[in-house]
Amino acid sequence: MSLRFGIAVFPGTWSDRDCAHAVELTGAEAVSLWHADADVKGCDVVVLPGGFAYGDYLRTGAIARFAPLMEAVREHARQGGLVLGICNGFQILCEAGMLPGALLRNASLQFRCQPCGLRVETTSSPFLGCAQRGQVLRIPVSHGEGRFYADEETMARLNGEGRVAFRYSDESGQLTSAANPNGSLENVAGILNEAGNVLGMMPHPERACEELLGSDQGLLLFRPVIGQLARPAG
Amino acid sequence: MVSLKEVVNDPQGLVVQDALHSLGYPEVEGARVGKFIRLELVGADQEEAQARVEEMCRRLLCNGVIEEYRFELTSDPKA
Repeated sequence: MSLRFGIAVFPGTWSDRDCAHAVELTGAEAVSLWHADADVKGCDVVVLPGGFAYGDYLRTGAIARFAPLMEAVREHARQGGLVLGICNGFQILCEAGMLPGALLRNASLQFRCQPCGLRVETTSSPFLGCAQRGQVLRIPVSHGEGRFYADEETMARLNGEGRVAFRYSDESGQLTSAANPNGSLENVAGILNEAGNVLGMMPHPERACEELLGSDQGLLLFRPVIGQLARPAG
Repeated sequence: MVSLKEVVNDPQGLVVQDALHSLGYPEVEGARVGKFIRLELVGADQEEAQARVEEMCRRLLCNGVIEEYRFELTSDPKA
């Protein structure tokens, strides 16, 4: 049976159709989840795509976290369901407290839209089951507010528990400041929750899903290894 | 007032500081850019308003991971 992906749509989301396209390229099913819905329609994976949910007023993701859908997404995650937050989706997950830290204005104060190297830091998440540790993926970023920040204690915990999913790197896997598009702390590009079933990342894997787009390496994020699903018994 | 915590890098503030320096204000040793939010409340007494605004700051207006807030209450002289 193929996986069922729910693609969340808030007012201001723009990457939902690109995400659905990427999902369909893997042979999985994509359904749309409206922000006012109170359930995730039995989906295996919920994707919170990029965009500017509710205009990103006040702070990115600050209003979206209160959408009725987010309560259902939280419950879905609590039961071990997969959640992938991309760009604005990552910002929403942080605002919702489902992932630690926050995303700030890029250090350059510029919107950055460019290909990036992402070094895979762990494979202990269903989303990274097809990846190899140390592998450098080429996936673009496109954001003005993607500078990851967490306090010292939180950052130490993320490192200690192996919850940094990706770091910005050059092609050879070196973590240089030139490879860091936004000034993120320790070049962090994506992080996991404690259970590994919630992944937030600033880069856009759906924009790297066909060779025509310069890379198809983003597709692996849409091919979660479901054997690693940590659904609680009962 | 909502502003970034002191430990959080504020690139906007740095740009403002640089701009003031180049305009001939070398005495500026630091600049932080924050947000000013004005709320109009009706019907609440001072103590209750204090508690509710505190709650609004924590739940929505301020992200405690990166920001801090302070506020003051004044009554509308026309009321």
